[in-house]
Amino acid sequence: MSNEATLHSQQEVMHGAGAHDHHDHEHHDSFISKYVFSMDHKMIAKQFLITGIIWAIIGAFFSVLFRLQLGYPDATFPWLESILGHWAKGGRITPEAYYALVTMHGTILVFFVLTAGLSGTFSNLLIPLQVGARDMASPFMNCLSYWFFFLASLVMMASLFVQTGPASGGWTMYPPLSALGDASIGSKIGVDLWLTSMALFVVSQLLGGLNYISTILNMRTKGMSMTKMPLTIWSFFFTAVLGVLSFPVLLSGFILLLMDRHAGTSFYLSDIFIAGKALANEGGSAILYQHLFWFLGHPEVYIIILPAMGMVSEVLAISSRKPIFGYLAMIGSLFAICILAFLVWAHHMFVTGLNPFLGAFFVLLTLLIAVPSAIKVFNWITTIWKGNIRFTPASLFSIGFVSTFISGGLTGIWLGNSSIDIHLHDTYFVIAHFHIVMGVSAFFGMFAGIYHWFPKMYGRFMNNTLGYIHFWVTLVGAYLIFWPMHYEGMAGMPRRYFDYSTWTSFNQFEGLNQFISFVVIIVFATQLLFVFNFFYSIFKGRKMTTLNPWKATSLEWTTPIHAGHGNWPGEIPEVHRWAYDYSKDGRDFIPQTEPLGPNESAH
Amino acid sequence: MQRKKIHPHKYSLWIAMGSITMMFIGFTSAYVVKRSQANWLAFELPHIFWLSTAVILLSSLTIHLALKQFKERNMQRYKQLITLTAFLGVVFAVCQWLGFSQMKSEGLPLSGPVSASFIYVIVGVHILHVLGGVVALLVMFFRAYRTRVRSYSAVPIEVAATYWHFVDILWIYLLVFLSIAR
Repeated sequence: MSNEATLHSQQEVMHGAGAHDHHDHEHHDSFISKYVFSMDHKMIAKQFLITGIIWAIIGAFFSVLFRLQLGYPDATFPWLESILGHWAKGGRITPEAYYALVTMHGTILVFFVLTAGLSGTFSNLLIPLQVGARDMASPFMNCLSYWFFFLASLVMMASLFVQTGPASGGWTMYPPLSALGDASIGSKIGVDLWLTSMALFVVSQLLGGLNYISTILNMRTKGMSMTKMPLTIWSFFFTAVLGVLSFPVLLSGFILLLMDRHAGTSFYLSDIFIAGKALANEGGSAILYQHLFWFLGHPEVYIIILPAMGMVSEVLAISSRKPIFGYLAMIGSLFAICILAFLVWAHHMFVTGLNPFLGAFFVLLTLLIAVPSAIKVFNWITTIWKGNIRFTPASLFSIGFVSTFISGGLTGIWLGNSSIDIHLHDTYFVIAHFHIVMGVSAFFGMFAGIYHWFPKMYGRFMNNTLGYIHFWVTLVGAYLIFWPMHYEGMAGMPRRYFDYSTWTSFNQFEGLNQFISFVVIIVFATQLLFVFNFFYSIFKGRKMTTLNPWKATSLEWTTPIHAGHGNWPGEIPEVHRWAYDYSKDGRDFIPQTEPLGPNESAH
Repeated sequence: MQRKKIHPHKYSLWIAMGSITMMFIGFTSAYVVKRSQANWLAFELPHIFWLSTAVILLSSLTIHLALKQFKERNMQRYKQLITLTAFLGVVFAVCQWLGFSQMKSEGLPLSGPVSASFIYVIVGVHILHVLGGVVALLVMFFRAYRTRVRSYSAVPIEVAATYWHFVDILWIYLLVFLSIAR
């Protein structure tokens, strides 16, 4: 009876958003409404994923280009001139091009791949499927969210092709370099396009985030209480909360920056000389921008890592055939991370002129994050401990995630101390830290998610052998690339420099830099192998024949193999238990839809 | 069995309002940080801001009455009231704009002292949010004239009214903040 009411009210919601009734009768979409301006959350997820993959190839390729410069500063590569033109005269990347490449590498990977591509894909795919809803709270807003992201992508892409090049003051866009068009060649229209693109991106994230939150809080099927939800949903929920609260602050910062660029205001500018001439701007503060930027910027790293954490929790429980260890502790630690995320932003500013007494508080709060992070790590390890592990590519990537999250997280304890940071800030140690803990780890979580839910998305499997090759080369390669950077950083080698060869103290790293660049090329090629596997499997992969290939408990595996818009052909199933009843009472797994037995107690 | 849950669109609106609030918290905290530094020029807000406050408070009353009329299906009165509300929204924006020109004539242009630039940006972004509400009301207005599809759901007008009260309260907050923290 009540299920009927839920069904009815959801139909009403979809009507309100302009969708059609499609539960019981066959519904034909045109190509445009099915593949382009789709309002089906599953299609929007695929759109986010494929756009993210395209950006990831571009962003990773940029890193190959600048690693060529760092590893082989004296060599010339004539083919570079044929693709980059005057940015690589004579086959050597110019300093301006180098700065543009590192800036765009950061922007693309942080925002377009690991924010939109990761949480955009899996929040969209999994939230309605795992909470038992026909679609998002507002399918129309969800569609808008993707198209705002697409517009942001177009503008960012366009900035790569303007004559003065894209923004090149670093992905953080610190003023004054970003606020004054005359400051450098990469501060001209490239920065305007960057800011426009990012404003569109923020709108996209807010539209998406609103939907994720109201769907999770509002549209759960009967019986799906908050504490019966899979951890994936909890992590997407906290991710969306972080995004909705922190992206608007970034937008405020960008608006002030745009004013400084074009309206002659002095929010961030004071006492600046360009080519010996003093500018009129007075009374501004560059630190102000950093506060506004990092108030988003730090939650942003959790926006990136939380979805990966959620998916890894889910995949590890399924592949070790054991309930997740410490379900409530997992939720509690997500919540703690979410709160602390807003209280630690100034640890990015220890040496930029922040009051050292203020720094002490931020050190304490930063180190506190180690507690919930450690709880999560222990829970993952105890989940797989003595499990009957099935080493699918998804489970390998999940285990790899735990490994990189630990080794990258430990160096965070060093960097979180403001006194050690005096030596380590802006060195390769920082590069190594955040690439391992947020770059590689988030990618591993994303790969785990893609391999695991690929059958749900396309009704086919990805190739396992290619998956294993992909995993091992990426894991070994990631450590070979980033581990040596810790030593370079401890020796004081600064990041963002174009050429170290004139610097005698760092000549000892010449061979090491070549080695890193060499591994980067191999790892990049392996990612292309993954991309090939992905697209090949969409059309030619092994077909899915059973509904529930991984023998998982959660709701998404109760839908048909090629589920239409609305997900379940009949009624939405009712939920009776949590999502982690594995190896219980002598049974391998018990689906969430199965009522509790007479002598059975809930978890 | 009637569902007691709040409608998802209203839920989304509440979260969106939280998001907009964060944006203005961003601005006002930037203002506080900047104010504590040297060379801060204090000045009095344009007096017309008080008039615009009265206008936006009045518009909150009219949209409240519009919602009441809609629920009683007095569509004629409803249409009049939302038109009046949208009109008052535009009057509010014009008043704010006049405030800007007053500041400019007093030697406080946008590119002037940071304290003045902040007023332009904060009040300006708030005007945009009010105009967004005006656009929403125009959509409601044309919807009310549709003959082919008739909607009896009060959800859209409730969402619009809640948002309208929100930008009203937001303005009161900004006015109090900017008057006190000069």
